[in-house]
Amino acid sequence: MKSELLKALNLGRTEGRPVALATLLDDGGQWLIDESSDGGGPEVIALLARTAIVEDRSQVVDCEGATLFIQVHNPPLRMVVVGAVHIAQALSPMAARTGYRVTVIDPRGAFATEERFPGVDISNEWPDEALRRIRPDGRTAVVTLTHDPKLDDAALQVALSSDAFYIGSLGSKKTHRARLNRLERLGFDKTACDRIHGPVGLHIGAESPAEIAVAILAEITQTRHMAAKLALSQGPTV
Amino acid sequence: MATDLEDVLAVAAAWRAEGRGVALATVVSTWGSSPRPVGSQLVVDDQGAMLGSVSGGCIEGAVVLEAREAITDGKSRTLDFGVTNEQAWEVGLACGGKVQVYVERID
Repeated sequence: MKSELLKALNLGRTEGRPVALATLLDDGGQWLIDESSDGGGPEVIALLARTAIVEDRSQVVDCEGATLFIQVHNPPLRMVVVGAVHIAQALSPMAARTGYRVTVIDPRGAFATEERFPGVDISNEWPDEALRRIRPDGRTAVVTLTHDPKLDDAALQVALSSDAFYIGSLGSKKTHRARLNRLERLGFDKTACDRIHGPVGLHIGAESPAEIAVAILAEITQTRHMAAKLALSQGPTV
Repeated sequence: MATDLEDVLAVAAAWRAEGRGVALATVVSTWGSSPRPVGSQLVVDDQGAMLGSVSGGCIEGAVVLEAREAITDGKSRTLDFGVTNEQAWEVGLACGGKVQVYVERID
């Protein structure tokens, strides 16, 4: 790979643009493709690369008899954690390690501090304001952990109006039922409310904050890969 | 949160900018129970430094040798590892899967 091509690839990744590197394995021919550029290569290769970007899947494909490898670099997954609580302290580094760009939101300044969350994006805005700014998309997970309806419900209302691929909310079954009742009174129907995973996380008997974080991250991972498989079986959407 | 220390492509560019000889290995295909998904990458320099992975550790040794060859001769190569491949027995792909790795020099 030419250094210039690697630099252009890294620039696209840094800027958060979906890009794909197409490589002919037989002769090493390489092109960088994004939404607006075919990298100076053949149109057929750009088309295959853009399809792979939509599928979010790096893959080897047959390109007019030649073997073409397409490596997809989509923008990072994001996780928005509402509530800078103990579980969030365990969840944030695990999520970062799993490939998520993590933002922790908590208007209570004593909770969301750099000291408690080193290296994490912290917001002291109200959760609904912060989420409206962040704009969760199909590569974003939203987890509420405050236990406080004032904060959690505000976040959930914005999350339910977004394309977030995962929405989870901490709380017992009883707390969750009460939460759903409140959301229904606000006009969210059953289909919308069913998007909320609650009680949050896979049922693995988690007790400590770190164990609960594992359960949450496992459920998010499961949702992400199941959703991707479902989308693939329905074919490309573009 | 900073994940830069794990960013193989950023490290590859940085090493090259320092003037090191650098090669990149990428998993392009897998069959069966392969431990690392397609797209997984390993960067190697001419001094033996490496970052990332293309397997659970079973084939990294062989890939690093090929990567250093690529740094020397500048030729890209596609390597096959699997239970049907004698080389795989030598390097011990214990999972029973197959994996194809593309190795290229950063020019």
